[in-house]
Amino acid sequence: MSERKQLVAGFALLFALIISGLTYILWPRPAWTEAELATLRTLWIGSLPPLAPDPSNQYADDPRAAEFGKQLFFDTRFSSNGEVACATCHIPEKGFQDGLPLARGIGTTTRRTMPIAGTAYSPWLFWDGRKDSQWAQALGPMESAVEHGGNRTQYAHLIDEFYRTEYESIFGALPDFSDTARFPESAGPVADPIASAAWNAMTPEDREAVTQVYVNMGKAIAAYERLIMTGPSRFDAYVQAALKADTKTMNSSLTSDEVEGLRLFIGPANCIQCHNGPLFTDNHFHNTGVPAVDGLPEDTGRAQGAQSVLTDEFNCLSPYSDASPEDCSELRFMVADGEELLRAFKPPSLRNVAGRAPYMHAGQFTTLEDVLAHYNSAPTAPAGHTEIEPLGLSDRQLGYIIAFLKTLDGEITAP
Amino acid sequence: MKTQTAKTILIVALTAIITVIVFILLMPIIGPRFMHPLMSGYMPMHANSVPPASLDISTVRTTDNGLYRVSFTSELNPLAINQIHTWTLHIETADGQPVENAEITVDGGMPQHGHGLPTRPQVTQNLGNGDYVVEGMKFQMGGWWEVKFSITSGGKTDTVTFNLILEG
Ligand code: HEC
Ligand code: HEC
Ligand SMILES: [Cu+2]
Repeated sequence: MSERKQLVAGFALLFALIISGLTYILWPRPAWTEAELATLRTLWIGSLPPLAPDPSNQYADDPRAAEFGKQLFFDTRFSSNGEVACATCHIPEKGFQDGLPLARGIGTTTRRTMPIAGTAYSPWLFWDGRKDSQWAQALGPMESAVEHGGNRTQYAHLIDEFYRTEYESIFGALPDFSDTARFPESAGPVADPIASAAWNAMTPEDREAVTQVYVNMGKAIAAYERLIMTGPSRFDAYVQAALKADTKTMNSSLTSDEVEGLRLFIGPANCIQCHNGPLFTDNHFHNTGVPAVDGLPEDTGRAQGAQSVLTDEFNCLSPYSDASPEDCSELRFMVADGEELLRAFKPPSLRNVAGRAPYMHAGQFTTLEDVLAHYNSAPTAPAGHTEIEPLGLSDRQLGYIIAFLKTLDGEITAP
Repeated sequence: MKTQTAKTILIVALTAIITVIVFILLMPIIGPRFMHPLMSGYMPMHANSVPPASLDISTVRTTDNGLYRVSFTSELNPLAINQIHTWTLHIETADGQPVENAEITVDGGMPQHGHGLPTRPQVTQNLGNGDYVVEGMKFQMGGWWEVKFSITSGGKTDTVTFNLILEG
């Protein structure tokens, strides 16, 4: 054989090898196993069940209450300086949060504003779950000195003055609050010593009448908040296509990097342990070793939150709740103490997460890169024990996960 | 002839090596889509999410010391994550007599994650005939869960563990 012929034969062999190798690698194969598809389905927004009724709030699904609640949500008169409403921190254009590490109302809070969309599905509200319904939650900021800074009789007088018709059409007759000797301009169980003393000087019956109006405000706001939902994202289009094995739509919905991020999210990176279900949160509490912030008071997370909700004036078992005790399983069977609660916080939904930096309960991380670096290294917790372990992923892989998180943006709808 | 063959083999081998190296270098650009799962070097699921293959997931079990036979039915069927629900527990003696007045405590968790149940379930009703209502059952993530009951009747205590595999 001549040298030429040998070379040609050699190259032919080489090409055959390369072609068969490439065919092996590039040959289309099912993108996901059956088990993985089942997992993807659990994350798909189409798996979100219809919102269950809230037995603790008989007005929860009353459209008039939602309409009234919306007005309250945006009305800055319900504050000590006339400048703060729920929407001051929960800004609709920003996904109902404010993009700040710590929220600013009358003062500065010690935690970050949480997004609201989809929270009607959560049995617990706030980072530490110290409230067990949306209506009970709404009554927190209104009496907080650093948020709305107002008080109950002030609010009752405002309802009397500006919303009597709306109120009465939903909740029935509004008591007569005109006697300011019995119903001071400013009184409530709040931090302010003058308002607090005025509250204690009122008769139990008068306090009760005011509190009932206050509770109804919360129930109306909750009726509105229940309707704030997050819509389908590119990720959902991908899963919908994957469930039908529609490769074309799959490929046009997510890029290969994003798919790789998804694979890591539900697999080796273990994110799905806590960020599960169609809202990407289990609405439970976890210590993930997020650093404490210098200068802020010690935050024990769920350890304190659990104690607070048990004694909360407005919890599911309280006289202001419309639920019967059988409807309060979450509260009755909650874990109230133990090591696991220390510095455990509720994971927020990861839907629309990319657009709402900074992250974590006190805005500890500025970017998603910081968040992923934290999960990758899993530092020891400032208190209690972290549930996460170092992932050992490469920067490229962390980048894929970030790319995936960015596919979770969907339109937030509110009435 | 000998040197010619050697030369050819060398050229072919070098070309092969260069092709492979170029392909590897191009990986970041063409992206992971073209990577065979074997090449990305990991298993589909994290090791701590894979339950042991031989796990007994039956819903009828004999207690550890053989005193009772215990079975459960769940009001939520199939079992799913993040929903609080109720179980009914049925307890019999080894020879099939219903155990009527048992004291029962509930515990559990995820052996591979080292955490307990997200709730503190309790037996809230004795239905008679060896049936008991367990309220407050909940699981907050997919994977392998253990639910343990400690059963005391007539001064004799025995324990039983049910294994569950949840999707999620
Ligand atoms: C000063 C800014 C501010 C104002 C005003 C404010 N919030 Fe918030 N909101 C926050 C912060 C901060 C948190 C988290 C606080 C915590 O966990 O301790 C939060 C948490 C929440 C949550 C919990 C979401 C979840 O996933 O658990 C809801 C719901 C909510 N706010 C609704 C409201 C409503 C309704 C109002 C008006 C009555 C309101 N907020 C007023 C800052 C504010
Ligand atoms: C053990 C449970 C757990 C696991 C596993 C977990 N997370 Fe989280 N995640 C949480 C909790 C709890 C928070 C809120 C923590 C806080 O604020 O202190 C959170 C917060 C976040 C946030 C910030 C959300 C916001 O609005 O502030 C992002 C982003 C996030 N997680 C992504 C991930 C990714 C990506 C993974 C996988 C690499 C992951 N998580 C794994 C529990 C978990
Ligand atoms: Cu677990």
